[in-house]
Amino acid sequence: MKRYQSLSEVKSDLSAGKISCESLTNYYLENIEKKKHLNVYHEVYTEEALQKAKEVDAKLKQGKAGRLAGMVIGIKDVLCHKGHGLQASSKILDGFVSQFTASAVQRLMDEDAIIIGRQNCDEFAMGSSNENSAFGPVLNDIDNTRVPGGSSGGSAVAVQADTCLASLGSDTGGSVRQPASFCGTIGLKPTYSRISRYGLVAYASSFDTIGIFARSIEDTALLLEIMSGADEYDSTVSTLPVPAFSKLPELNKKLSICYLEEGISSEGVNEEVREKTRATIDWLRAQGHDVKPVTFSYLDYILPTYYILTTAEASSNLSRFDGVKYGYRSPNAHSLETLYKRTRSEGFGIEVQKRIMLGTFVLSASYYDAYYTKAQKVRRLIKEETDRILSEYDFILLPTATTTAFKLGQHAGDELSMYLADLFTVQANLVGIPAMSIPNGTDKQGLPIGLQIMTKSFGEAAMLSFADYLLRQQ
Amino acid sequence: MDASIFEKYQPVIGLEVHAQLSTNSKIFASDVNEFGELPNTNISVITLGHPGTLPKVNKKAVEFAVRMGMACGCTINQNSFFDRKNYFYPDLPKGYQTTQDKAPICIGGSITIKTSEGEKLIRLNRIHLEDDAGKNLHLDGEVDTLVDYNRAGTPLIEIVTEPDIRSSEEAYALLAEIRKLVRYLDICDGNMEEGSLRCDANVSVMLKDAKEYGKKVEVKNMNSLRNVQRAIDFEIERQIGEIEKGNTIYSETRQFDTVHFTTHGMRTKEELNDYRYFPEPDLQPMRLSDAVLEKIKSEMPALPQALFKKFVQQYGLPEYDANVLIDVKEMALYFEEVCNHTQNYKAAANWMTGPIKSYLNELTMSMDQLSLPPASLADLIALVESNKVSFAMANQKILPALIESNGNTKALQIAESLNLIQTSDSNAIEPIVMEVLAKFPDKVKEYKGGKTGVLQMFMGEVMKATKGKADPKVTTSILKEKLEA
Repeated sequence: MKRYQSLSEVKSDLSAGKISCESLTNYYLENIEKKKHLNVYHEVYTEEALQKAKEVDAKLKQGKAGRLAGMVIGIKDVLCHKGHGLQASSKILDGFVSQFTASAVQRLMDEDAIIIGRQNCDEFAMGSSNENSAFGPVLNDIDNTRVPGGSSGGSAVAVQADTCLASLGSDTGGSVRQPASFCGTIGLKPTYSRISRYGLVAYASSFDTIGIFARSIEDTALLLEIMSGADEYDSTVSTLPVPAFSKLPELNKKLSICYLEEGISSEGVNEEVREKTRATIDWLRAQGHDVKPVTFSYLDYILPTYYILTTAEASSNLSRFDGVKYGYRSPNAHSLETLYKRTRSEGFGIEVQKRIMLGTFVLSASYYDAYYTKAQKVRRLIKEETDRILSEYDFILLPTATTTAFKLGQHAGDELSMYLADLFTVQANLVGIPAMSIPNGTDKQGLPIGLQIMTKSFGEAAMLSFADYLLRQQ
Repeated sequence: MDASIFEKYQPVIGLEVHAQLSTNSKIFASDVNEFGELPNTNISVITLGHPGTLPKVNKKAVEFAVRMGMACGCTINQNSFFDRKNYFYPDLPKGYQTTQDKAPICIGGSITIKTSEGEKLIRLNRIHLEDDAGKNLHLDGEVDTLVDYNRAGTPLIEIVTEPDIRSSEEAYALLAEIRKLVRYLDICDGNMEEGSLRCDANVSVMLKDAKEYGKKVEVKNMNSLRNVQRAIDFEIERQIGEIEKGNTIYSETRQFDTVHFTTHGMRTKEELNDYRYFPEPDLQPMRLSDAVLEKIKSEMPALPQALFKKFVQQYGLPEYDANVLIDVKEMALYFEEVCNHTQNYKAAANWMTGPIKSYLNELTMSMDQLSLPPASLADLIALVESNKVSFAMANQKILPALIESNGNTKALQIAESLNLIQTSDSNAIEPIVMEVLAKFPDKVKEYKGGKTGVLQMFMGEVMKATKGKADPKVTTSILKEKLEA
């Protein structure tokens, strides 16, 4: 069977009778088996997926199938799926089964998507390499000695290795875009509040978004369109009408585009990444678009602000995992205090514990104003400056990541250099604007390079059209 | 302790009162909000804080909090928001309480209390919304602690006063007033035994000429109005005793012992949790529009103080009667209804505070269980006023029968069927009077000799002979006429 690039290719073969949903699902199941060494899936829903495939085939015959008939999709292990395990790649949720389905996942299922399995990721979505999983790292399919990026590494590799057509990930600081960049797929983070967070395991509530991995812009747009919009279970979700993203608007005007020069030229950026980014900028200029460098005064503050606020929220969001009600409970506890201490010390991995401690510290009475309050103010400044830039320009361009996929263990014991991997992606989460990563060529070793596009809140439609335009020139 | 030592000190008290709101569902989830169900039956994934769940504010709970705020003259905050209060405890499913720290829904306000020294205004600091925790259960014979999460997520308002209270009597009066208010507003059943109304007291003492308050001690676990008063009294005496002994008072939380009426230390405040409050990112700030506030205002029920005023000014009742009537909401509202059917307000008040109250007390019934329509009571009042039946007969015989019939039988009908209609026909009463006087010639002499008190004896005899049906007024005038002839 061929490697499908989009749902429309699948659909055309389905209607031509060349394939069935069942044979397609079997194809992906075989690929999952072949690619087992990549450690992408925590759980594969073989029987269930095949059963659903048969149902969709029957529906297709009756002309009653949903818009995602033929879409085989995997979901990151932070999304609730009723009756299925949910662990956020953590020991602390050992044996936990979700009792409800995330609103976004439900909407895909309602349109006849086939859920093929639950994908590995960094524990509680904390990490940039997928090395922080209690189930071991995910390997990059291009080079198995390299990481896929994180935290949604499994979801990125799943699409990269053709074990499904698309994946759902989550993006709190770049967790969809950075692995998309490392794996050569498309990765989209929507505007904060565009997609209901109900059923998404919380890392940092005011940053978390559900994101999409796909091989085509049209699939990305369709999935976004289906998942977006008001939801009675999330009172922070936007009630703005959802545009028909899948009908990409024409880009028939000259665009005004900016790029953050200090970002592109900063020393942390790999030379080949820099060159590819500049090449794209030059090409856009050559097409007659207005492309200008802009300065962003708060570049140095982005990471500290992000880590203070996300760890603060995480320290509170992860308090519920205490061994009392569900999941892992330490067998070595003999009092209430040891129940908490041992359960959480044994159940959480090192990176999660670090972030809980950091977040607890920045919220503590003596340091609250120095860190949390200050960071909230800086977040507002970053938002104001970003919004100002986006009032003048249609898009902001940056490399998605400073480097291509790095080696497993390369940043071990050096969190700061690991945190720098998120330098360009966290801005969109701090501000709440949509952003995406698209493939932008490869380096000399053949490792994918990603280009990041950011735009104003709820500007996904134009961003998708622009991404489509860029991809067509390649 | 010597009274002169007490005299040197001024107690300073503030209350924190929690009221469970009687909404149908919980504050952030659609689970049923009901006391007394089997453990762990009203618990959805949201109440249990399962991963992926999000809260959603119950609009009714917000409305109830605003009602209380309006009743207390608070400033209603049209842009309040929730914060998280982080701490670990098994009964707290999310590992934090969702409460309001920086921007409570009601700010300021006050409640007027009545004390032996007159009226006093107690200022409020705030009223805020929050969710209740579950309950840890330590069952007899069980080594493990069990947790019942039914109560988790029950909407609460916390009413925080300024330290304006100066005695346990005032604290009692304030809490009683708050209980009355929440009942009038229909936002909480006010039941302290079941824990729907709970009170913590911050108590300190200082020398009367001191400029600064003493160190405050928080007392918890008082499950009745009386115990709040007892706990405060104990605490005042304990603190004065400590100071007199030259000891220092530490800021701490003390538990009230409901058996021995004492308090004992739980933990010192210094060692307390750092709650790490921060704004709840899973909920939007609550914007309350002018229109919403207007609507709540227009639907506010009558409040006890307004009814008190009305009863005194419009119905001309003595303050004492008015106070008794407004003490129980159902009593006050019933009285109002009766007054729609009679002009004889004082008689109506007497009937309410006398026979009706006694009837209910005797059968340990509450006012809302009374099946007598207010119009029927007004009817009975009219019957007594028209001298058709005596008050005594109306109270003893007609009222129970009237209630029995749920007001379906007219008072007059009952009086007739029980043969209780008074005779005011002097032609009928006169021969009986003559008989009685003839029977007691000695007493007649006594009366004529100036001992007019024996008139009551003659009255009694006439009533006995007529089985209570002789109109007392007519009988009296005939008796006097014959005796003084």
